[in-house]
Amino acid sequence: MDPVGMVAVVVVVVAGLTFGLWRRRIDGRLREVGFRGAEPSMGTDVPAGTRANVVDGPSAGQDRGMTESGELLDPALLERLGVGPAPATLLQFSTAFCAPCRAMRRVSAEVAAMLPGVRHVEVDAESHLDEVRALNIWRTPTLLVLDAEGRVVRRATGVPTKPHLIAALAEVLPPAAQS
Amino acid sequence: MNNELDPRGQRFAAVLTSIVIALVLITGSGWLALAQAIVFAITAYDPRRGPYALIFRAVGRPSGEREPAAPVRFAQLVGCAFLNVSALGYLSGTETLGLVAAALGLLAAFLNAAFGLCLGCEAYLAFRRLKMRNAEDVREV
Repeated sequence: MDPVGMVAVVVVVVAGLTFGLWRRRIDGRLREVGFRGAEPSMGTDVPAGTRANVVDGPSAGQDRGMTESGELLDPALLERLGVGPAPATLLQFSTAFCAPCRAMRRVSAEVAAMLPGVRHVEVDAESHLDEVRALNIWRTPTLLVLDAEGRVVRRATGVPTKPHLIAALAEVLPPAAQS
Repeated sequence: MNNELDPRGQRFAAVLTSIVIALVLITGSGWLALAQAIVFAITAYDPRRGPYALIFRAVGRPSGEREPAAPVRFAQLVGCAFLNVSALGYLSGTETLGLVAAALGLLAAFLNAAFGLCLGCEAYLAFRRLKMRNAEDVREV
């Protein structure tokens, strides 16, 4: 019997329980992505319809600063990841050694099939390490919810629930596409 | 077919693995650590023929679900590396090394058993990211 080893077992179990419970709480939560420099309350209070009008309207450039609630991504970067134009995109980062990636693929594909205007794009993180670094992705699966302009509106690491994902997309999609 | 596994069998294997590594820590036995490292190696080579998978098939009820085998195999390789270091530490008299390596192995196995979390799988992308960054730094210099 090794008393130090027994202490180690207890320490590991306590640390594991703490970490596991913490991870269970944050896993799959669709966090709002704050745009650095813009007042977050301005962006989040704007209804989805207004935002869509701003995009189409002549005053788009003028109002842009007011409605920015997420990080606007470089179009070249999006192109490299295979993200085409769409009213809303679910951009998923996966690796081969990732069991929950499959669950996220299923949830995202189902939601994309259900809501018109939503595209699901799955990217192999390992073959896009530059983009992974630019987007500050550390583990898979990570899901980015993009709006029509290529702005990251929400972000989840771990599999989100279907209702939460649908709710997040409702913020992004123009009202016409939601019917 | 062959690259898919029963998740319930994996959880069962993770529980057995946790118990064995806890015993390694409690007894300080390098040979037990080595035995677990061999179990990891066999399971990494063929997850369906892993010793714990065979026990599960003999006593457990299959869930009917399937999950990809690649993450499991990768995790077994990571576990194998840790338990080899642990066995080396204990058997060479460097008990602190044996203890630390076994404790890290236990943490990964315990998280898998209790929460279905795969620590090695998650660290994989972070590891690749850091490796790439280092390579770039060298190029820039």
